[in-house]
Amino acid sequence: MDWLAKNWELVISLSWVHIGLSILPVVVGLAVALPLGWVAFRYKRVGRFLVPASGLLYTIPSLPLFVALPVVLGTSILDPANLVVGLTIYAVALLVRQIVDALASVSQDVRQASVAMGYSSWQRFWRVDLPLASPVLLSGLRVVAVSTVSLVSIGSVIGVTSLGYLFLNGFKRGIPAEVFTGVVATVIIAFLFDGALVLIGRFAMPWKRKVTS
Amino acid sequence: MNFLTDAIAWIFNPALHEGANSLTARIGEHLGYTFGAVLIGALVAIPLGILVGHTRRGAGIAVAFTGGLRALPSLGVLILIALSVGIGFQAPLATFVIMAIPPLLSGTYAGIHAVNPVTVDAARAMGMTPLQVIFQVEFPLALPLVMAGVRSAILQVVATATLAAYVSGGALGVYIFSALARRDYTQMLAASLIVIALAFALEGIFALLQRLARPHGTVALPVK
Repeated sequence: MDWLAKNWELVISLSWVHIGLSILPVVVGLAVALPLGWVAFRYKRVGRFLVPASGLLYTIPSLPLFVALPVVLGTSILDPANLVVGLTIYAVALLVRQIVDALASVSQDVRQASVAMGYSSWQRFWRVDLPLASPVLLSGLRVVAVSTVSLVSIGSVIGVTSLGYLFLNGFKRGIPAEVFTGVVATVIIAFLFDGALVLIGRFAMPWKRKVTS
Repeated sequence: MNFLTDAIAWIFNPALHEGANSLTARIGEHLGYTFGAVLIGALVAIPLGILVGHTRRGAGIAVAFTGGLRALPSLGVLILIALSVGIGFQAPLATFVIMAIPPLLSGTYAGIHAVNPVTVDAARAMGMTPLQVIFQVEFPLALPLVMAGVRSAILQVVATATLAAYVSGGALGVYIFSALARRDYTQMLAASLIVIALAFALEGIFALLQRLARPHGTVALPVK
């Protein structure tokens, strides 16, 4: 507790950096995965290839991915973009399958009713498919958010500062309280993200009181 | 692409394949962590998952517990344990066991829970004891989902095992961390490619095992 009392300003500022690094991959990942998931759902032949391929991306271990990305992207090894792109890849990997499942969870009768009412496929996606698929989508997004928050700290190994700095610095200087603070702060941020998503879900889906996973 | 050819040349350099620090020894350590941690994790998580799934009690606690464990940053946990037990292999192994438990527990629990209650009732009506119901009906039917849990636990640990080298625990991360310190991009990429290849290979093997785990005459359960 002594350590925290003396260093709380550092912890707060690192927490903000950590939050910033976590939000981007989740948002960009969703934006990329949404069209991919729709294509995989709509064109089953493409989906048969796209869904396992995106799953395979998730198999790539994080540290090797962050270290190998500069070669692919042409970035410097210290560039935070490596971390953000790597985490976005994981988000996409998890979300494509989830979006296909989410769209499949929409009742076929409801979809056909919307076609009969004259909805174009664009309207149907935004007004029927997506809203009705969003509970399943949200449960996937919660998993992505929590795992992103905990993976951001690995970035500190390749020089991208976040709460992970407390782990490395605490190890070098032999201060367990510093490492412990970092772990607790990361878990708190993960729960805040999760809670925020649940709240957004309640607000955006008033017809669905409880979010089922 | 120059980096890539250099990296491949690095992997096939004969000097890398000799002595106690050889690539095969490092791969052995990496696999040792992976299977060791998943085995220990399974001894804890599978009985617990069976208990929760069979009694249909404590499911809420199990879900919250696995969710909480998932939020833990692996690097932080590893260093925290290393600061108390010292550097070496114990801290990484303990960390990886913690990482392996959530997928094993939720896979087992979900698998047992998904067994049709009518089937369980039929087994009881035939005079099976609770233990017989668990081991001859519920667990075999749950096996595909249990194996899905094993597969994602393996995946989780093989990825995290790279971090063991940070606390002098060996495994393939040794090459990555020493390359990071020297800014040796060739070695960084080469070592990363080896870890990625290892992860892909394990994923392939366990995807196959999961398929084989399905009892004859049953339909595949949806894997979540």
